[in-house]
Amino acid sequence: MADSTWGSTSASAVPATTVRPRHSAVVRVTHWITTFCFLALLVSGIEILVSHPRFYWGEAGNVLTPPLFKLPIPASRATVPTGYGYVLPDQNGWSRYLHFQSAWVAVFTGLLYVVFALFQGHFRRNLLPARADLSWRGLSNVVAQHLRLRPASGEEAWSYNALQRLTYLLVIFVLFPLVIWTGLAMSPAIASVFPAAVATLGGQQSARTINFFVSVLLVLFLVVHVIMVCLTGFRKRVRAMITGRSAPDMERV
Amino acid sequence: MSRLSRRKLITTGLVATAGASGLAAAVKLAQRYSLIPPDGGGLYGPGETLTYAAQRILTRHSLAREFKPSQVSNPPFANEVAPLGDAFKRFQEGAFTDWRLTVDGMVARPASFSLSELKRFPCRRQITHLACEEGWSYIAEWMGVPLSHILDVVGTFPQARYVVYRSIQPDWWESIDMADALHPQTLVAHGMNGGELPVAFGGPLRLRVPRQLGYKSVKYITRLTMTDSLKRFGKGLGSGSPEGGYAWYAGI
Repeated sequence: MADSTWGSTSASAVPATTVRPRHSAVVRVTHWITTFCFLALLVSGIEILVSHPRFYWGEAGNVLTPPLFKLPIPASRATVPTGYGYVLPDQNGWSRYLHFQSAWVAVFTGLLYVVFALFQGHFRRNLLPARADLSWRGLSNVVAQHLRLRPASGEEAWSYNALQRLTYLLVIFVLFPLVIWTGLAMSPAIASVFPAAVATLGGQQSARTINFFVSVLLVLFLVVHVIMVCLTGFRKRVRAMITGRSAPDMERV
Repeated sequence: MSRLSRRKLITTGLVATAGASGLAAAVKLAQRYSLIPPDGGGLYGPGETLTYAAQRILTRHSLAREFKPSQVSNPPFANEVAPLGDAFKRFQEGAFTDWRLTVDGMVARPASFSLSELKRFPCRRQITHLACEEGWSYIAEWMGVPLSHILDVVGTFPQARYVVYRSIQPDWWESIDMADALHPQTLVAHGMNGGELPVAFGGPLRLRVPRQLGYKSVKYITRLTMTDSLKRFGKGLGSGSPEGGYAWYAGI
């Protein structure tokens, strides 16, 4: 939105202090809505998980079935053998309401983001890595830079490097769709309309297990993402994601 | 005011107006086609309404997946229930010969059926998945009378929109809309895995709603009531579940 608007205005009309925002308005708004939804989904997801911290593969699984694996945590149901002598309080009611409501908001936000991002060329410009950067040399350089915890500076900090681009693309086009798909595949009503959506995952319990692993990957992404934000200047980065402006912009003007 | 900001203002205004009227129209349509669940108010009402409406539109006639006999869970898992009351135990001592299912409300011929009468009705067998909201599940074969047949026999009025069903156990009641009530796989189940329905799994009578989570399949049912409104039942939220914090619609 902002880009095309500024681009169409003659240079003399642009006040000297305005620059292209670090993040477009749609990216900023959808980023924070997604953040809130993700945290709500995470908290409610953990609460739901605690009622049965066992995972299975295939269509069906219960406490009489050998699990694929189980988490060494207490449960909120007395029927689950956990080895702990106590049962956690049941929080599933509100957790389920919150989980699905947040999922709806996250899906609408995601659709808004994808439509606008396509419209604005956000994927092509900001997220699609340049072919040259995809060489092993280029990627290993970036990885080495990260491992030495040396944040990019100057011109480099203005755009995402290849590793960031690949990670964001993976989260947006693989992990989010997969977590939505596996979530829907757990619904008996959805399974009745799209049985293939369950069968291709290996069954309803497989869908639940994959939903868990994808959530773990998303949490891992969140942790690394926040660490990187802290390393490169928490206030500066957060301000850029709220107002669209960041310090390097000012320097460039 | 610059040309740019005026254009922005007009666009924003138009988008906001379109959004508001779109939302209002959607709510009108949802009300008209009964797409708002009885627990569709409150903090989680919007999400619950979206889930119910979307799934109702998609799944009105879809059939729950059925499985091969080799996929039946052995052994199945009967969830725990509250200790069975004296009323239940008296019927159990008499081998449930006196157990009856009463059907009343918006029907032309209110009736009360004994177990043996129900077993003489047409019987449907199906191997379906029962998933609990906690996350576990099992596959079993269920045998029973399609609920739609019973609703036919008693002459359900066309105005009826929900079936309220109650367990003999206190405060255990649920309701479903007509899409699920008339669905061919919704059974008043009296048999399981080739035998009688065991007490642990809801015997002698359990309502099986295979397109919803296990908690909608109430055990030990004694009464069905046809109604056009759920307002008069309990706290008016549709069933016991929302009163305990759980969603009325459990398609997911």
